[in-house]
Amino acid sequence: MTFFSNIWRNEKSREIIVQIIVLFFLGWFISWLVMNVNANFEALGKDISFEFLFIPAGYDINQYLIDYNNRDSHLRAGIVGLLNTGLVAFFGIILATVLGIALGIIRLSKNWLASKIAYWYVEFTRNVPILLHILLWHGIIINTLPHPRKAISLGEVTFLSNRGFYIPKPLTETGIELVYLFFVIAIIFSILFAKFCKKKQDLTGIQYPVFWINFSVICFLPLIAFFLSGMPVSLEIPALKGFNFRGGMHMSPELAALTFALGIYTAAFIAEIVRAGILAIDKGQREAAESIGLKPSKVMNLVILPQARRVIIPPLTSQYLNLTKNSSLAIAIGYMDLVATLGGISLNQTGREMETMLIVMLIYLSVSLSISALMNWYNSKVKLVGR
Amino acid sequence: MKTKMLLAGVTAGVMFAGSVLASTLDDVRARGKLNCIINTGLAGFAAPDDKGNWTGFDVDFCRAVAAATLGDADKVNYTTATGKTRFTKLAAGEGELLSRNTTWTFSRDVDLSQTFIGVNYYDGQGFMVPKALGVKSAKGLDGASVCIQTGTTTELNLAEFFAGNNIKYNPVPIETNAEAQELYKAGRCDVYTTDASGLYATMMSFDNPSDHMVLPEIVSKEPLGPVVRHGDDQWADIVAWVLRAMMAGEEKGITSKNVKELAAKDNKDKEINRLLGKDPLQGLSKLGLSPDWAVNVISQVGNYQESFEKHLFPLTIKRGMNALYRDGGLHYIPPIK
Repeated sequence: MTFFSNIWRNEKSREIIVQIIVLFFLGWFISWLVMNVNANFEALGKDISFEFLFIPAGYDINQYLIDYNNRDSHLRAGIVGLLNTGLVAFFGIILATVLGIALGIIRLSKNWLASKIAYWYVEFTRNVPILLHILLWHGIIINTLPHPRKAISLGEVTFLSNRGFYIPKPLTETGIELVYLFFVIAIIFSILFAKFCKKKQDLTGIQYPVFWINFSVICFLPLIAFFLSGMPVSLEIPALKGFNFRGGMHMSPELAALTFALGIYTAAFIAEIVRAGILAIDKGQREAAESIGLKPSKVMNLVILPQARRVIIPPLTSQYLNLTKNSSLAIAIGYMDLVATLGGISLNQTGREMETMLIVMLIYLSVSLSISALMNWYNSKVKLVGR
Repeated sequence: MKTKMLLAGVTAGVMFAGSVLASTLDDVRARGKLNCIINTGLAGFAAPDDKGNWTGFDVDFCRAVAAATLGDADKVNYTTATGKTRFTKLAAGEGELLSRNTTWTFSRDVDLSQTFIGVNYYDGQGFMVPKALGVKSAKGLDGASVCIQTGTTTELNLAEFFAGNNIKYNPVPIETNAEAQELYKAGRCDVYTTDASGLYATMMSFDNPSDHMVLPEIVSKEPLGPVVRHGDDQWADIVAWVLRAMMAGEEKGITSKNVKELAAKDNKDKEINRLLGKDPLQGLSKLGLSPDWAVNVISQVGNYQESFEKHLFPLTIKRGMNALYRDGGLHYIPPIK
């Protein structure tokens, strides 16, 4: 008796006992759920099987980054969908980041009008559900842009219509290797040059316009190679043939609407995160930087942003995750993402709800965890070191 | 296996409703209402009227089953389902009957563990285009953008038809008929494809139906019919014979107007007597139905012809394949003996 009451009175052992009990109930609950599913599946005469992944999908997908036709398997259809999810998330994240950072900084501007515009943008955008943004953009594109036969033409090479945007597609010819080679050389040069300048600055204090020099090198070296090798790139111009344009690169209204909606919506949140990050930096930092004579742009880039970044990155990560997960709303406008292919048509054609949903959930989970891991790595790079 | 089961547990919460211990008929009687799963909205088949009541050809069948089992055609709770959610809803027990233009296919019947109890509408997939497009045949659709209602057999038929004819197309998958209509009207698609009955229903809801046409090609067989869950043969028999009773009504000339009269007298045609409960029908008690079940169905809902003419004639749909066999159609029911 005294033995047990002693254990219970000891804080450490009590903690362990409580945790064991909680763990036991958690395990019991989970196993009960599993048994319930199994019992119900048995009652319905269903089993859990993933064989359907390897039979032909039988349906077509309108946008594929890897080769796909309707004889390919459900698995491949799912991968095509996943890549489409990745594509829209990628574009969306770029748009949201650029727009968000710009807006966040503008919001803090001393210019009354600019700051108010950013303020209203943020308030209007983030207080409307994302699904409405998506439907709105899709509606705007398909209802206001003309039919392909009356498409808006920009210089007879780029076309806007309610079937999407068509731009010329560069086709490489022999001799392009020289351009690639020069590009690689330019990159290597830039890295070495940046290191050299850093060293030089550390030693002597002399600064070079590193960015502009590197920028010109990376732009012009491949350009020179391009002309030297006799312009080995031709353009495939989209042309109206039958019902639609053929050739060129195509961005469907669904992809465009989704990118705009996700980018613009998430930008509002990112703007607030950036603003918060900047405001979190003690104003003494700015004053100190100004007092040693740094230009306003240097104050921002060398003193404020590097410190603000530490505050910004964790919430920014969750915005990127949100954007990626929100892209599953694509199904509302018929963009063939992972949910529409594997979690949609494959589910319906095979009737394997449990299996497809589990796979889709696991994929979203791993995508999100990967983004998280990447951002955590970046976060650990920029966090305070050894202080 | 272990991980698989563990993962299965995660979504287990949604599966509670799946239990099928008691007989379906008992469940329905105990509740006093039939839960029927119907379309989210397709004129002629299942659409709300101006008073907000569901009406249509598929809705009539829900009503007929309620009349047979509960004696009152109005005792139905309607649950709507998209093409994608319908089988899940049926499997999860959200309804005892799925009456929603569902195509009978091998894999749906066998692999999804459902029971298709018959065909109430023979359909086929067609194409609708604006007349202004100047297309006369589906084979002239090379390169067209095609709106498809997703979650149906339509996607597969379409892929097979175009691949078989070496035609390229751009699929635009849409979740419901209503959204697909909007995209078609906005010109996002050149063509809208679904079952021909759905095309006529959609066309009639347009402001100018005459600006559109259905192309002559019918690219698939779509036998549409009601579906029940696997495993309750009694319930499957009830639903099957309600459908047959409606068709028998047409075959024998029993209508909602004369059914009471025919039920009261001794008819020369003994099949009418058996159907309407005048003469005993062997085994009816095994179905758990009262002798006047068919009288309730035909008096409250009407026979097959009445239901068809009431809901589908306004859409300019003809009987065609859906006539009785004696009129050159495909409906041929087993004798009521």
